[in-house]
Amino acid sequence: MTKLDARIPNGSLAEKWTNYKDHQKLVNPANKRRLDIIVVGTGLAGASAAASLGELGFNVLNFCIQDSPRRAHSIAAQGGINAAKNYQNDGDSVYRLFYDTIKGGDYRAREANVYRLAEVSNNIIDQCVAQGVPFAREYGGLLDNRSFGGAQVSRTFYAKGQTGQQLLLGAYSALSRQIQKGTVKMYTRYEMLDIVIIEGRARGIIARNLITGKIERFSAHAVVIGSGGYGNTYFLSTNAMNSNGSVAMQVYRKGALFANPSFAQIHPTCIPVHGDYQSKLTLMSESLRNDGRIWTPLKKEDAEAIRAGRLKPTQIPEEDRDYYLERRYPAFGNLVPRDVASRAAKERCDAGYGVANTGLAVYLDFSDAINRLGLKTVEDRYGNLFQMYEKITDDNPYETPMMIYPAIHYTMGGIWVDYELMTTIPGCFAIGEANFSDHGANRLGASALMQGLADGYFVLPYTIQNYLADQIRVPRFSVDLPEFVEAENAVTERIARLMSIKGKRTVDSIHRELGTIMWEDVGMGRTKESLTTALTKLKAVKKEFWTNVFIPGSANTLNTELEKALRVADFIEIGQLMALDALDRNESCGGHFREEYQTPEGEALRDDENFSYVACWEYKGEDQEPEFIKEPLDYEFVERQQRNYKS
Amino acid sequence: MEKIINITLKVWRQKGPKAKGYFETYQLNEISGDTSFLEMLDILNEQLIHQGKEPIVFDNDCREGICGMCSLYINGHPHGPDDLITTCQLHMRHFNDGDTITVEPWRSAAFPVVRDLMVDRKAFDKIIQAGGYISVNTGGVPDANAIPISKMDADEAMDSASCIGCGACVAACKNGSAMLFVSAKVSQLALLPQGRIEAKARAKAMIAKMDELGFGNCTNTRACELECPKGVSISNIARLNRQFLKAKFSD
Repeated sequence: MTKLDARIPNGSLAEKWTNYKDHQKLVNPANKRRLDIIVVGTGLAGASAAASLGELGFNVLNFCIQDSPRRAHSIAAQGGINAAKNYQNDGDSVYRLFYDTIKGGDYRAREANVYRLAEVSNNIIDQCVAQGVPFAREYGGLLDNRSFGGAQVSRTFYAKGQTGQQLLLGAYSALSRQIQKGTVKMYTRYEMLDIVIIEGRARGIIARNLITGKIERFSAHAVVIGSGGYGNTYFLSTNAMNSNGSVAMQVYRKGALFANPSFAQIHPTCIPVHGDYQSKLTLMSESLRNDGRIWTPLKKEDAEAIRAGRLKPTQIPEEDRDYYLERRYPAFGNLVPRDVASRAAKERCDAGYGVANTGLAVYLDFSDAINRLGLKTVEDRYGNLFQMYEKITDDNPYETPMMIYPAIHYTMGGIWVDYELMTTIPGCFAIGEANFSDHGANRLGASALMQGLADGYFVLPYTIQNYLADQIRVPRFSVDLPEFVEAENAVTERIARLMSIKGKRTVDSIHRELGTIMWEDVGMGRTKESLTTALTKLKAVKKEFWTNVFIPGSANTLNTELEKALRVADFIEIGQLMALDALDRNESCGGHFREEYQTPEGEALRDDENFSYVACWEYKGEDQEPEFIKEPLDYEFVERQQRNYKS
Repeated sequence: MEKIINITLKVWRQKGPKAKGYFETYQLNEISGDTSFLEMLDILNEQLIHQGKEPIVFDNDCREGICGMCSLYINGHPHGPDDLITTCQLHMRHFNDGDTITVEPWRSAAFPVVRDLMVDRKAFDKIIQAGGYISVNTGGVPDANAIPISKMDADEAMDSASCIGCGACVAACKNGSAMLFVSAKVSQLALLPQGRIEAKARAKAMIAKMDELGFGNCTNTRACELECPKGVSISNIARLNRQFLKAKFSD
């Protein structure tokens, strides 16, 4: 069995990153100019990495599938970004942010990585302010903070409900400055379709120009993957329409490991599903749980009357409302972590207390907050979210409670990386949501932005030099090398095969079918039986796709259906990996809830003795079962406990 | 009661930037009012594909009104008839049974059509590259609380910064001016002490790039402000003009 080395530096938790930086190899300025780095993706991780590497003097090639790097889906993050500044004097520290993140992740993340994340969190806030990110401020002129799920301190920095947008625009502006200087060359509307490996190292990519349809080759000394997560495997998710997991699958097929694929986060506060034609789910920021109270009717007959449209939520008296999170988790109340809040909503709906005509919704009520704080304050805090809700649902949340239901939001699993963020392919790095490293089995709110920017601004620009220091004598690669030709031919053949199927189903219709299987059988509550069923169904979906999909038009030009088809082909295989991994993990932890493994109170029952590891999967060929490789998680510094948000 | 409507669509089709475009008419029945405008186009595309035809190409991504990718000129309005939303947030409940809906791409010399309803907005990126940033490298910056900034300035900077770069302002303007877009970025950075150091040079560089790229002049018609999905105010344009004049005088 392959042995995995995470290459964690020596020393106490607080010393590891400093030790690493003190002893790593660096590349001198004259040599940096001679080294090419490909960065795929322009979200928080990709854009911050491309900009920082360009500033250092490397020659960077940056790719994105959208028409502008500013459109990456990090832009949609609403609530905020965590940092251990302790500006509020409420007892926060680097250690506490580290501890909350480890605990929130249900003890399935690496201690050293998470500690480093907490350590650099403060630099991120400084950096963003220097770039002109307009964070919310107090009247005295200092930065404001809010609290967020899974924490008892206020450590979240925010820019209205558009924090992701403002942080991404900060990174985009730094990136634009480097593009102007010529250190970064930007390729928009390009989609990576394969990685090129020469003598065991990542040396380039094959990408499709989405406007011309032309397949092009790009070489480099290192390849950085910042392509985001694979939540769209579920078809309906809070991800953008074009978010996909294909780059992860491409590197997986070429030797990178896929780690913890089953760890997907279901976000508790999304606008419920309303129809068959629906194309995506909209998230309402978790920050709403700071002031909103979640409830369902206490009496089943009231819930039934609401579903039938005979009763309005405002007509239900206080004593007939069940604030179930406050009831079950007195210490954290409405601010329990996302996985706990999501499952609790599902439990209420499954038990027959759900609202909306579908019965698949719970209330998020602001009437108390409006009475306590006044309409103006609530509007200042959440105005844009309330507006968004009203535009979608035609309901006014100032007057009637919002309806929410959980939806797929984020994937903690991803490409396996070591402490240096390098995959098992030398020279191929993975950053941001694309890697698996920091969130364990569940990510805390306001931590995705933190991790994306930590990786891009403050971790990768160091660690990649340790790799490139050995590469300074390696000349630039010609894209005429046989490895490039071979990789391009494989891509062209795959496309030709897809185009030639000429079946009867649209790409979307098969994607929807895949999504339904994933949500029903590999969703919030999984069982051995549902996962086994899922694997059988997914095999059939794969067959249906490769024999009956129809892609109109031609491959040698702009073809949005072909773009989607290439992604869905990979989503199907990601779905298989997710089900396989979920079946293999005979415990419940974080976002992975196996119904067979729960406490008498219905909480996730972890099995540290047998499952304290990162589950890694190695590709063994088309339709072959991948090989399972374990990276044991030894907790040296933190004592693992059953997560408790009750007292 | 859920609203169900039948509609006629007149959609702009164009093979490429140089090709001649034309309107094609489609009939679409039993569309729920809760469907978003782009979901309605998804339904139409699904039908077209089943008929073996090529679907209508339109830009879209986040479908929650923040990425700025979607566009569409609907019945003479960028992002359609409703206010303060992008096309992806527009719902069919705003239309009536029997309506004819005209769908066109952004029309501006600076945004050439790529195909059908998709346009090329690289010009916006080029304007930002010309100076829409504060020149700081990663690392070595002061503590975030080192410079207090009044809440009013921070909030105003945030309002300017809420621009999503969709291009509706340019599409709405009879002159095809990008002044609202440029002024929003210039204002955001000029309102903050960190950004003030380069304020004059930034305003000059961004305006020069805007002119070079073929955007028109601003004649204060306010069409941009009316159609902006994020409600970015034209007071930003006044601020930009002041910055620009100051820069000119100090030359």
